Amino acid sequence: MVQFSEEKLNKVKEIVARYPEGKQKSALIPVLHLAQESFGGWLSAETMDYVATLLQLTSIEVYEVATFYSMFNLKPVGKYLFEVCQTGPCMVSGSDNIIEYIKSKLGIGVGETTADGMFTLKTVECLGACGYAPMMQLGKHYREHLTPAKVDEIIAECRSKAN
Amino acid sequence: MGRKLLLENAHIEGIRYYDTYRKQGGYAAAEKALKSMGPEAVLEEVKKSGLRGRGGAGFPTGMKWSFIAKPEGVPRYLVCNADESEPGTFKDRYLMEFIPHLLIEGLLISSFTLGANACYIYIRGEYAWIPDILEQAIAEAKNNGWLGKNIQGTGFDLEIYVQRGAGAYICGEETALIESLEGKRGNPRIKPPFPAVKGLWQCPTVVNNVETLAAVVPIINYGADEYIKLGTGKSTGTKLISACGNINKPGVYEIEMNISVEEFIFSEEYCGGIKNGKRLKACIPGGSSVPVLPANLLLKTAKGDTRMMTYEGLAEGGFATGSMLGSGGFIVMDEDQCIVRNTLTFARFYHHESCGQCSPCREGTGWMEKVLKNIEYGKGKMSDIDLLWDIQRKIEGNTICPLGDAAAWPVAAAIRHFRDEFEWHVKNPEEAQRRNFGLAHYADPLPVPAAV
Repeated sequence: MVQFSEEKLNKVKEIVARYPEGKQKSALIPVLHLAQESFGGWLSAETMDYVATLLQLTSIEVYEVATFYSMFNLKPVGKYLFEVCQTGPCMVSGSDNIIEYIKSKLGIGVGETTADGMFTLKTVECLGACGYAPMMQLGKHYREHLTPAKVDEIIAECRSKAN
Repeated sequence: MGRKLLLENAHIEGIRYYDTYRKQGGYAAAEKALKSMGPEAVLEEVKKSGLRGRGGAGFPTGMKWSFIAKPEGVPRYLVCNADESEPGTFKDRYLMEFIPHLLIEGLLISSFTLGANACYIYIRGEYAWIPDILEQAIAEAKNNGWLGKNIQGTGFDLEIYVQRGAGAYICGEETALIESLEGKRGNPRIKPPFPAVKGLWQCPTVVNNVETLAAVVPIINYGADEYIKLGTGKSTGTKLISACGNINKPGVYEIEMNISVEEFIFSEEYCGGIKNGKRLKACIPGGSSVPVLPANLLLKTAKGDTRMMTYEGLAEGGFATGSMLGSGGFIVMDEDQCIVRNTLTFARFYHHESCGQCSPCREGTGWMEKVLKNIEYGKGKMSDIDLLWDIQRKIEGNTICPLGDAAAWPVAAAIRHFRDEFEWHVKNPEEAQRRNFGLAHYADPLPVPAAV
């Protein structure tokens, strides 16, 4: 069963307190982030229903928001999600080659997850790191100035962290 | 060296923290505004400074503030737009990451002027590490009596909250941002009513960009008279430019709005010229939405004048031969870059980011992506180029929010200035897969100068 820890429930309370009385719907996006972090990196229907109950919303109010924003994953993803930017400024700085390199290195296509459930490759649109291109988001942080060698390092780093 | 107002102290170690920021003169502007000036005088000063919205639209900030409705007993809100998502733009990230207190001080002065007791910073979700930095700065400011109840004994109360978005370019549009902040899909609202009358939770709201709100601090510190001495004409003060693409020194630069585009690209103080000794082909000077310009129209206007890095300078010639300063996202392309491919990435971007409310944008952006994909991958027809032109014409001006225009303009400008490159793709479908069109005449007849 989906259930936030005591600590996370307090966090939800703290978020709801940022808004005027009765406007707890504003907490939806922050709470969905919290839910995604807490329940395996994606939002299942069960998770979304749980968030709806917490914030006294109908389920549909949660679904329509979760499906609108690209950061919310509606399917399971690997332990490490590589989100590689492919928009203009990154493209002129060589992001196409980086995407190809990751594909061949991990043996997966865009939107796929490695068989061991370790890595998912996703292409994304501009993340605001154009001066430090090519780049990707990995968890909370950006990895910038990517080269094949740097991609190798990142993959090795993830593998060693997982072991 | 140009004078710096925002990034003046950015290099100082520890400037991210309250003690260092305060030691460098931080919160002096807030003290002045709250204790000796009062809201009316601050508003007048901001109006006089000529400060224009730094998010892209360039609307006069003082005027925007003066529109805020003040019905009895209804709260007012200030919302800081930190949803920086325009491709090519990464300046607000720099400000928030390295000098968060400058923004907090700007928010304090601005909220005080507007009579807002709650302020929300809406930051794009991908900047996931920055809310921690901002929240720490907010806590420090609070501990030192700059936020909370009865700030510095003036009787003014203010709370600042940080809210993360979740990956939607459209939420940079102020009414979509407000919808998102209310916990909904980021569908822009029909205006009027404007946010100044009915904004967040139907209350009067002002939405301003990060850089705009930070710029209020030096305006109060030095005074509007000093501020307008920097810059030219209606482009007063300084502007942050985030430079990227094929240049030697990508990064965030603060410029006085009185330098030329040529100086910005080629001088060592800024971009340091084109990377790998290549030649300049084209540039998108104000974020992906603004028209791309070929080198010859970028460095000089159609009239033959030196093109300046100002709102008016970059717009000189209108869309026929000019562009826009926009958000300051400065994307430089060298001779190896393909205009069709670059335009395709932007078309894909806008298709992905369209909220889907208005048919011309929802459908049109998808069609543009499809047609551009055909041309880029050797399956285009000559008539596709006219078709593209036709589609973008039918999107522009026919949507609730400016995303439709933003999607149409890059396609229109690419065809306007680089039509022969599109035609070459159609005529040489196989060759176009192996090599790029190159420079053709675009960088000529202007010689590319050595670094000055």
